[in-house]
Amino acid sequence: MSDKSPATENPWQQLRNLTPARIALGRAGTSLPSRAQLDFQFAHAQARDAVHTPLDLAALGESLGSLGLDCLRLHSAAKDRDTYLQRPDLGRRLHADSAQLLREHAATQGGGCDLAIVVADGLSALAVQRHSLPFLDRLLEQVRAEGWSLAPVSLVEQGRVAVADEVGELLGAKMTVILIGERPGLSSPDSLGLYFTYGPKVGLTDAYRNCISNVRLEGLSYGMAAFRLMYLMREACRRQLSGVDLKDEAEVPSLAGSGQGNFLLEGR
Amino acid sequence: MASFSHTVGGQTWRFDSLRELMAKATPARSGDYLAGVAAASAAERVAAQMALAEVPLKHFLIEAVIPYEVDEVTRLIIDTHDALAFAPVSHLTVGGLRDWLLGDAANEAALAALAPGLTPEMAAAVSKIMRVQDLILVAQKIRVVTRFRNTQGLRGRMSTRLQPNHPTDDPAGIAASTLDGLLYGNGDAMIGINPATDSMGSICTLLEMLDAVIQRYEIPTQSCVLTHVTSSIAAIERGAPLDLVFQSIAGTQAANASFGIDLKVLQEGYEAGLSLKRGTVGNNLMYFETGQGSALSANAHHGCDQQTCETRAYAVARHFKPFLVNTVVGFIGPEYLYNGKQIIRAGLEDHFCAKLLGVPMGCDICYTNHAEADQDDMDMLLTLLGAAGINFIMGIPGSDDVMLNYQTTSFHDALYARQVLGLRAAPEFEAWLARMGILHQQGGRVRLGDELPPAFRQALAQLGP
Repeated sequence: MSDKSPATENPWQQLRNLTPARIALGRAGTSLPSRAQLDFQFAHAQARDAVHTPLDLAALGESLGSLGLDCLRLHSAAKDRDTYLQRPDLGRRLHADSAQLLREHAATQGGGCDLAIVVADGLSALAVQRHSLPFLDRLLEQVRAEGWSLAPVSLVEQGRVAVADEVGELLGAKMTVILIGERPGLSSPDSLGLYFTYGPKVGLTDAYRNCISNVRLEGLSYGMAAFRLMYLMREACRRQLSGVDLKDEAEVPSLAGSGQGNFLLEGR
Repeated sequence: MASFSHTVGGQTWRFDSLRELMAKATPARSGDYLAGVAAASAAERVAAQMALAEVPLKHFLIEAVIPYEVDEVTRLIIDTHDALAFAPVSHLTVGGLRDWLLGDAANEAALAALAPGLTPEMAAAVSKIMRVQDLILVAQKIRVVTRFRNTQGLRGRMSTRLQPNHPTDDPAGIAASTLDGLLYGNGDAMIGINPATDSMGSICTLLEMLDAVIQRYEIPTQSCVLTHVTSSIAAIERGAPLDLVFQSIAGTQAANASFGIDLKVLQEGYEAGLSLKRGTVGNNLMYFETGQGSALSANAHHGCDQQTCETRAYAVARHFKPFLVNTVVGFIGPEYLYNGKQIIRAGLEDHFCAKLLGVPMGCDICYTNHAEADQDDMDMLLTLLGAAGINFIMGIPGSDDVMLNYQTTSFHDALYARQVLGLRAAPEFEAWLARMGILHQQGGRVRLGDELPPAFRQALAQLGP
């Protein structure tokens, strides 16, 4: 803003280096200046688009093919986005046709598998589109090194986290991992979540799952996410469980109390 | 269980219990459809409202929506009901109560005296047959005043909870948002952090930091780190400087159990807080958060509609003489409150019912990005709640909570409400703002200082340009 701007700048701009929060925005009267107001609206528009833009399954299936992965295209019981948003119970279950497809697949293959990977749009197709491929690339290298057998990747439209349990159960998988678009934040429209279940079956609650959240460029890296997930899966195989009883000991410590300075309390 | 029926437009509608009648009389919202308890048609909804309007208030003392034997919240409601306070309206029906509340007899003193005589279900029932303007008109007659290090809820005042959250609890980041908020005149309800990490070490670190800031700059406000009540008790045992004891609560015993609490542990938290004697002008120190849909999301709603469940949480709240209660209205998502219209009505219902029951209600006027809502909806709810006499709202930088990933009211939004509605900060805090040269208010005229206050100038100088 120039000196001629009718808006007033805040003389504490240097604080902006300390937090991603929208501080020192300035003011017009006591209201938001036009620039800050429109920045907010754009961020909200991006988050809204992330929720409502459909996942391009064909393109995703092709890219997964280039990693040497077969895919199954599935749909949840929620017929469209409007239903999905209001009926989480339907997003957690497969459509009857999709369930049948999995039964047929399991019947022809037989014997189950160690790991079933599920990819679902969730609340941000953008997150899935951006991050599922590079993340799986990292993960699969390590999965193959373990010698675990893999089911084809299940791509689920209008899916919620728990839909992976039904997929895993129908495929006779020992473990499932679902990659799913998380609820978009204003500053994070493309955050990918990973949920892991050992011994998946329909009806399990969150207490049986482990979650790794915030996988994106500005958040948790693909490498770190894969590292944590592999840790959980190995531990789960050893102890034959997942969820609240399986702690993520690989966790990185938080910054709180790390002794970083607080300018409000120093000096004097 | 009684059965209720109503004939209108040549059709007779039947409702098998008070619980069913209440649910079907509730204005439409997604959570009640999700639970399968909503009216099947618009006509059935109004027929239910007509039938509900005919129910005598005394009936609510006979038929519980959740059985006395299985739910300690019901037992609390029935066992603490004050028959003497109830007497002025005990002859009325639900419809009669609405008419009485809108009339001159229901003045500030009469409504304050009535509060312990009303049950949450009576308040919920009458709200279901009220329009938005009724919810505002009656609520603004009521004042629920509480005190800790300043005074909340006085007429013509509205406070803000400064919420300086940070994705990794970084102390410098939290301090930056805190200072931004203080310089915009926010923070009199509390400086309250939602910690990203729930470890005892980081909770105590944050409590010590907030206490040190409040002491160094002599800010007449209180702090809170929003962690489980048992963690607050543990922090107190470790000697942490804790002002307000926080807990999320709901309206059924089973939903509270899903939060890992019951009335006994809340009592322990309350007593632990009291033992510190940190309040200077009063001893209200519990801080509760609620929100429609929480009982259903824990599958603990017993077939009740979400607004009735929510109102029952206020019986839990008022038992512990809270400093503040906060309905986090749009946080839960569109499966419970689908759009701006539903969020706005729910926020006004929660505020009205809480005030009617004597609870110091504030509102986190908020939405998530998968709800059909935007800043315009929040402006409407803020303006309406300001008119209704809300005790406090949130204040965060630029409406964007970078830790919890949702949008709520900003520091600037609070100043909008001060200008348009003439609402001032808590008196002790207002005096501090004036002394520091941060903000002066006369009526609807709000003037922010041009210069940084010297104490803060010094702090900023350490950071360099």
